[in-house]
Amino acid sequence: MKQILEGSNAIANIIRLIKPAVVSAYPITPQTHIVEDLAKLKADGKADYEYVRAESEFAAASIVLGSSATGVRTYTATSSQGLLLMVEVLFNIAGMRLPIVLTCANRGVSAPITIWNDHQDAMTVRDAGWIMLFAENSQEAVDLHVVAYKIAEKLQVPVMVNVDGFVLTHTYEPVILPTQAQVNKFLPKYKPKKGTYLDVKDPITLGNFATPEHYMGIRQELHDEIAGSQELIKKEMEKWEQSRKSIKSIKSKVDVVDTGLVEYYGAKNPEVIFVGMGSMIGTVKDFVDNSKGRVGVLKIRSFRPLPAEDIIKIINKAKYIAVLDKSISLGEEGVLATEIKALGNNIKKGLRNSKPKIQSFVVGLGGRDITGKTFERIIELVKKRDSKVKFVG
Amino acid sequence: MLMKYKLAVKPGTTRKNKTGGWRTYVPKFLHEKCIACNMCNLVCPENICYPNKKKKKNKSGKIYYQSDLKYCKGCGICAENCPAKAIIMQLDK
Amino acid sequence: MIEIRIHGRGGQGVVTAAELIAMAAFYEGFEAQAFPNFGVERRGAPIEAYARISDKPIKLRSQIYEPDIIVVQDDSLLSVVDVFKGIKKDTKVIINSDKKLEDIFKTGCPVPTKNIATISATKIALEILGKPIINTVMLGFFAKFSGLIKAESINKALKDKFKGEILKKNIRAVEYAYEI
Repeated sequence: MKQILEGSNAIANIIRLIKPAVVSAYPITPQTHIVEDLAKLKADGKADYEYVRAESEFAAASIVLGSSATGVRTYTATSSQGLLLMVEVLFNIAGMRLPIVLTCANRGVSAPITIWNDHQDAMTVRDAGWIMLFAENSQEAVDLHVVAYKIAEKLQVPVMVNVDGFVLTHTYEPVILPTQAQVNKFLPKYKPKKGTYLDVKDPITLGNFATPEHYMGIRQELHDEIAGSQELIKKEMEKWEQSRKSIKSIKSKVDVVDTGLVEYYGAKNPEVIFVGMGSMIGTVKDFVDNSKGRVGVLKIRSFRPLPAEDIIKIINKAKYIAVLDKSISLGEEGVLATEIKALGNNIKKGLRNSKPKIQSFVVGLGGRDITGKTFERIIELVKKRDSKVKFVG
Repeated sequence: MLMKYKLAVKPGTTRKNKTGGWRTYVPKFLHEKCIACNMCNLVCPENICYPNKKKKKNKSGKIYYQSDLKYCKGCGICAENCPAKAIIMQLDK
Repeated sequence: MIEIRIHGRGGQGVVTAAELIAMAAFYEGFEAQAFPNFGVERRGAPIEAYARISDKPIKLRSQIYEPDIIVVQDDSLLSVVDVFKGIKKDTKVIINSDKKLEDIFKTGCPVPTKNIATISATKIALEILGKPIINTVMLGFFAKFSGLIKAESINKALKDKFKGEILKKNIRAVEYAYEI
């Protein structure tokens, strides 16, 4: 049924349907509404997870690590400084191959203090060994959480679902929640193999010491798992979409190519392609709809793994690639921009027998609003000779 | 060194932000009832209840209290806590 | 697409008002979106919230710069915030005030008088709700003045958010303001 819900409430409700055994979190703006709603669902008797209150994000992450290690489904959510406080545990969760799902209500990082949205928090932990997905709207946030659990539990790799703080978490918009039956069918009960989780009757150690003989191999295996997960993620995304026939995709005048991991929206033969992640994509799509120029937008739904082939296939079409980052590797450029450029060796020569120009544009830091004017300015800038990173807005 | 933005912030911004415009209710101090116990001053979140500056006394010989309406948000905590019931909240006009 | 900007102070239910508008519009079959522009989250501080209503799915997520309708929940904001920022030719404005228009705008009203109206929402809210929380009164008046949504739809949205005595009182507030 189509309902109008606050983004956070929609996320809390999908977690209720996913039925984790343990939820633990420490409240931080703008994640607060998600965990408040989860606590309320529990208090109202509508959910029966153990809701463990923690004294910090470090504790919350440790609690889900511990409970996941006992072989049950777990959930946590955080934001900004909270995610940074979790960092040590995030690496452990990935290294111990625990299929935890975490919602990051993306927010900028101090100092100066900001409570508003950008992607600096998530980008800072990109090397922790988590699969990282980014939602464009509430509907995608709901669907990505279901898929996140499926892939996490199939691969034994944790998944972070990123939703833009305030822009998605505090926005009311129409969303279709799946039924309990739909979720149950897609996402069977989590049953890890005996001997892989902590059990007093069958004692084992997890997260133990690894000598130089073993450490590197274990790390490489995790790398291979994440790098090789693209096909599985695509397959599961498609399966989930098919199981929910109630959601019909909207017919549009422009070209839409959705591989599951990325989505292209825009002109058939674009001159400029914007590349970005999260809620800003909606605003770019609106700009594309109203633009007379040959523009398009490539949404990166999966940042880890980064689907190189899917991306190259699309950006090959254009002359100018403007990578929009809501984060910055200070002294360098936008984080996504560096990664898109790194794919450059694989890019074929395109229009006018030259490779597309890829440039980094930093937008929307600390809640700076992103509007159609931002993109107009970027189109002007990307066509200039200067290829340095630009802060726009 | 690029430090166009001043990261050190000077104090005093609370004084500049006159929060009196925020209120719906305004406290009325009934000076004759005031026992000068200082309770309103202790509980006021804005720290703006104090003995009247001219040190005027009421009939009981107490230097009665008043508040600075430039900053009073009309929260009513003073009225709620006044042991002498010497503060009443009225609709602000 | 209709874009609505609500000005008010923390604690006046500004964000809730925007949400209720979006919910009411959704119940009438529109696509809708509501979101706050949080400044400092404390009681009394000036804040804004936005709502969009459209017959097509809404992708745009920018703040609202050129609103079609402006709701001002507190006339004391007029001297603090430029509530008329970005007005268009036909922008409609409603203001919560006890004063007459000519007393508020002594040097001339920035919008044609047919597009602007005042309502003593605080007085009405105190009478009906017993508290100066004026958003539902403003919404009833908004529904009537804008002609965008029906009072019933706002009441339906209220039922999602409130229960019991508070719900009853707020429905009365909406209906009272709608009848003015």
